Formats: sequence, structure tokens, C-alpha cells
Amino acid sequence: MFPITIITALIMAIITMVPLSSAMAQDNKLEKKLMMATTTSTDNTGLLDYLMPEFEKDTDIKIEWTSTGTGKALELGKRCDVDVLLVHAPDAERLFIDGGFGKDRREIMYNDFVIIGPAADPAGTRGKSVKEALELIREAKAFFLSRGDDSGTHKKEKTLWQETGKALPEKESWYLQAGQGMLATINATEERMGYTMTDRGTFIKYMAQKGGADQAPLKVLVESDAILLNQYSVLTLDPKNCPKAKYDLALIYSDWMAGEKAQTLIREFRLLGQPLFTPNAK
Amino acid sequence: MDFILAGLIQAMELLVTGDDATWSAVMATIKVSTCSMLMSMAAGLPLGFLLGYFDFPGKRPLRTVLDTLLALPTVFIGLLVYAFISSQGPLGDFNLLFTLGGIAVGQTILAFPVVTALTAATVEGMDPQLKLTLVSLGAGRRNIITTCLWEVRFGILAAAVAAYGRVMTEVGISMMVGGNIKWHTRTITTAIALETGKGMFANGIALGLVLITIAFAVNLSLSFLRKQ
Repeated sequence: MFPITIITALIMAIITMVPLSSAMAQDNKLEKKLMMATTTSTDNTGLLDYLMPEFEKDTDIKIEWTSTGTGKALELGKRCDVDVLLVHAPDAERLFIDGGFGKDRREIMYNDFVIIGPAADPAGTRGKSVKEALELIREAKAFFLSRGDDSGTHKKEKTLWQETGKALPEKESWYLQAGQGMLATINATEERMGYTMTDRGTFIKYMAQKGGADQAPLKVLVESDAILLNQYSVLTLDPKNCPKAKYDLALIYSDWMAGEKAQTLIREFRLLGQPLFTPNAK
Repeated sequence: MDFILAGLIQAMELLVTGDDATWSAVMATIKVSTCSMLMSMAAGLPLGFLLGYFDFPGKRPLRTVLDTLLALPTVFIGLLVYAFISSQGPLGDFNLLFTLGGIAVGQTILAFPVVTALTAATVEGMDPQLKLTLVSLGAGRRNIITTCLWEVRFGILAAAVAAYGRVMTEVGISMMVGGNIKWHTRTITTAIALETGKGMFANGIALGLVLITIAFAVNLSLSFLRKQ
């Protein structure tokens, strides 16, 4: 009885150690590898899964990414935990570079933000300007869902509220800070039949999941206001702050993203027949 | 509600068709949980045994501290470990951030109090006559300890199962330290968080069922061990 138990335990230990040792080996392999921090919007829409294999094919550089809010992505860059950033918060990006953390900022593409809400539009925002729409939502005390996670989208939303000239809503009962990603926030908006601001890419994705624009209970109500532009840029890290970050590989990545091939691929990336991003690298 | 049924069907499909991304997450979960469980057992068993077996001043407060550590929030451990292994942290040179090794460090901290507290409790609950009997039979010190360990083997097994369950299902450490990187540090739980964030609830349910299936398999093999 005793030996059988020991043998079983040994076999189990061996079975578990095999995947373990292979895990360690994988981590130690030296290769050209780039670590990127990016925002949930590029990852959730599937753009990176579509684009990055092409990058790896063209450059022989392996790229891995972690997708978080822009706030955390920039923080990871400051602390040199990644090599390159793909983010969309121009003001914060400039501060990042001025602070000595970032070196080059390269504009790659944009999509735009839209304000969405229930088809019935209880606050009457349809076709209004952003400023008017937000004032109407405030007056009607209609539910407004905010990302509330310091992401690029959240930062953008806060600047929109600032444009109305009144204090930023915070504890108001109709202002709900989800603290989650964009699609989760849109789903929460649908649950509460409220309003929210989202990038168009994620909204298209949401409609696709609902089985098309007609089936989705939330509709685009405010769009095409100049203030709603959402610019994505690649940021390299300043080698002075992060000597170990792979600056040379980050530059190759930045050039590739701004290059003709990637720009064409971005233009051709579609969901439900609708383009998600507009390339605009100079 | 309908996404639960859709998730159930999808879970079968994922497992049967051997979906690459799912298997990658399954393997990452098994690797990292097993590693964490073994490390926490290596550290927690001896300490738990000492705590349960010997009486010494300060034992009660130590047990209280240990029991409190059972309530360590995973995101908090994740942040602490991140602070240490971030490239500017004191252990930055080990390049553990965004690796399974980094997650294992955090999960070991998570499971260590579980193993220690459960082991100590089992050893304490041992028949007090046992020690006396062994002494009266003229057993040596080493003999007494090995016999006691053998007596509490099921309790230790239970500690292992509890530790495994705790590390396999946590999401805070894996997300913060691992970064949820596809093909590398994406575990089942971070994948569930991602799918939920994307609004793909059925995918999340499917992955949750996959996780439960693994837990079931682990417990099944352990109960087999117990029968032996």
C-alpha cells in the first residue's frame, strides 16, 4: 500500500514537472522580442490580431502586447516595463514626452467617438452638438455611463464634460462610472438604457454581436463633431529614462505601422462591412 | 440567460475540437497553478507542521496573523509583486514581469497561508494519544515526526487541493503580473475577464466550464491517490 502511493505520487510529480520545465525553457529563449502596452480598443476590435502577424512576418520581430487603459499603459512605459506604446490620449502623450519618458510620437490612425443611447432617446440628444447633448442629458438626469478607469476614452469623455463649462459629474445619481472596458461599459449602458460615449470601432463590434445595427437597442445619436476625433499614436520610450527598453526595435515597429503596407491593411480592416480605423500617418 | 446554454455548448466544442487559444490558456493555467502549489507546499508544509506540532510563546499571535493572511486580496498581492519585479523594482533584473514565473511568485504568496494554516490545523487536531503512545513504545524523535506526518497525510492532501483551487481560480495576480498576453500569460481566468470585457459572455461561460473540468480532473486524481 505504501509503495503504490509513493509511485503514484512520483508519477504525478513527473507529469506536472514536464510542462513546468518546458515553461521555463520558453521564457529563457533569447530572440528579437518587442513588448507593447496598448489600449483595450485596439485589442478588443481584433485589429492587433489581424495586423501583428504581418509585422512579425515582415520584420522577424516577435511582438507581444498587454492591453489596458491608456493610464496604465503610460504608467508601464514610465516604469520601463514595456518597449513601445500604442495609445490614444494626445494630451497625456505630450505630457509623457515632456516629462522625459517618451521619445518619438508618431500618429498612425484615427477613429472617432460617438455618443450612443437608447433609440427612444429620452433626453432628446439626436443630431445635437456634443455640448448641447451633454447638457440635455444632465438636465434630464438620464443615466450616463462613464468608463471611469482613466483610460484614453475616459479622459476624452472628461474633456467633453469640461467643454460644457459646468463641473464634471462625479457623484450624481445618474452618472455611473463602470470602471471597465468599453464593450463592458456599452453592455452596462444597454442594461440601464442610458447614454455613453464610445469609440466607433467598439460600437460597431457591439452591433455585430447584437446581430446587426437594427437589432442593437443602442444607437448613435451624436457624431461628426470635430471634438470627437480619436487619434492613435505609437510612442517610443526615451532611452535616457529606459536604457534597457528596445528602442531600435520600437523604431522599426513605429516605421512599420506608419508604412504603406500597414496603413493599407488598417484601411482594409472591416467589421460588418464598416471600416473601423482611418490611417493617417504622415 | 441564453448565453449560459450557448456557453455550455461552446465549452464542449472548445474542448473537443482542441481550440488552440483555449488550450494555450489551459496549459498556462495548469503550468502556473501546479508550480505555485508545489512551491507553496514546499514552504508551507514544514512551517505549518512546526506551528501545529510544537508549543512555543507567541504561537497564538502567529496563528492569528497567518489566519488573517488567508484574506489577502489577489489584486493587492499582484500590485505588491509588480512593485518588486517591475523593471525599476528591486527584482527587475530577473525579467519576471509578464511571464508565468512572475505569476507563480504571486500565487505562491497567495497559497502559502492556505497551506500553512490548514497543515497546522490538521497537526493540531491529531489524536493527542498518538504522541504519548509512540513515546511509550520507545520511538525516537525522527520516528515520531514521520509517523505523525503519515497520520495527517489526508489533511495535507486537503491543503494541497485547497491551495490548487485558490491559485487556479484567482484573476488579480495573473492580470496584474502576467498582463494577459495571448499565447503566453493568458490563463483561463484572465481570458474569462477579457471575453466578459468584450461582451462575449458565452465565451466567458465556456472558459469557466473548462476551468471547472480541470479542477474536477485534479480532484479525481487526488481522490484516487487517497484510496491507495
